[in-house]
Amino acid sequence: MVYLTRKAEFAASHYYHNPDFTPEENRRIFGKCNNPNGHGHNYTLEVTVKGEVDPRSGFVVDLKQLKEVMHHEVLDAMDHRFLNKEVPEFFTRIPTTENLAIAVWQRLQTKLQKAQLHRVRVYETPDLFVDFYGEQ
Amino acid sequence: MKAHLTRRYRFSASHRLHSPEMSADENRGTYGKCNNPHGHGHNYALEVTVSGPVDPATGMVCNLVDLDGFVEREVLSRFHVTNLNMLQEFAKLVPTTENLSIEIFEILQRGFLLAHLERVRLEETMMNSFEYAGGNEPRR
Repeated sequence: MVYLTRKAEFAASHYYHNPDFTPEENRRIFGKCNNPNGHGHNYTLEVTVKGEVDPRSGFVVDLKQLKEVMHHEVLDAMDHRFLNKEVPEFFTRIPTTENLAIAVWQRLQTKLQKAQLHRVRVYETPDLFVDFYGEQ
Repeated sequence: MKAHLTRRYRFSASHRLHSPEMSADENRGTYGKCNNPHGHGHNYALEVTVSGPVDPATGMVCNLVDLDGFVEREVLSRFHVTNLNMLQEFAKLVPTTENLSIEIFEILQRGFLLAHLERVRLEETMMNSFEYAGGNEPRR
């Protein structure tokens, strides 16, 4: 089994707010991130796939295809967007780094041919990242 | 759904690697420059990984404010800008980064109960890093 990781970067804004919470609860739980005008990050995405090396091509996965799927499914939808307002998953879910990693996994999982998705890692900043392995 | 969250922190400390169970020659042979009696320092980078179900109400594994507060209070304020050899934790333990990783893991495991502690990763320099997952294999 060989693991292959492809990186990408995107920039987006978000804010944290749960309509079921009172304004005080929202401010207490989410702090500065509750500002409804949003704030932004330069996100780094790492997608790791795994598989056996194809004896003919020497590849685990066609990197070009992986790159295109990441672009089409994630970057086109999220780069330079306000996540709460423009990405459907976040109309109802809070766009935390945890939920972002889950959303990226769900977008990629059905689109990848051959290679098996192993891990999605999303860096919100160089000092904070979330890993999602598809676990329920 | 279960996610793993990693937060990175920094602190600086000095240490000297020296074991009272070894002769002076053996200490020099084992620890080299690190055995210098006056000690030396590093800028450490600490990564703490916790895991748990993502709370649907908050979208979080745990609130970062709580994790940051705990690490600041119990780890960074204890070790930052100190001489590790002078601390009670290292009175009988050589303050290698291996032992420091284990010590930090145990502080977190004892006191931070808001998420499952997965692993501690400690960079001593940009060239050396150490991981401890409480005896488990760290997840890749």
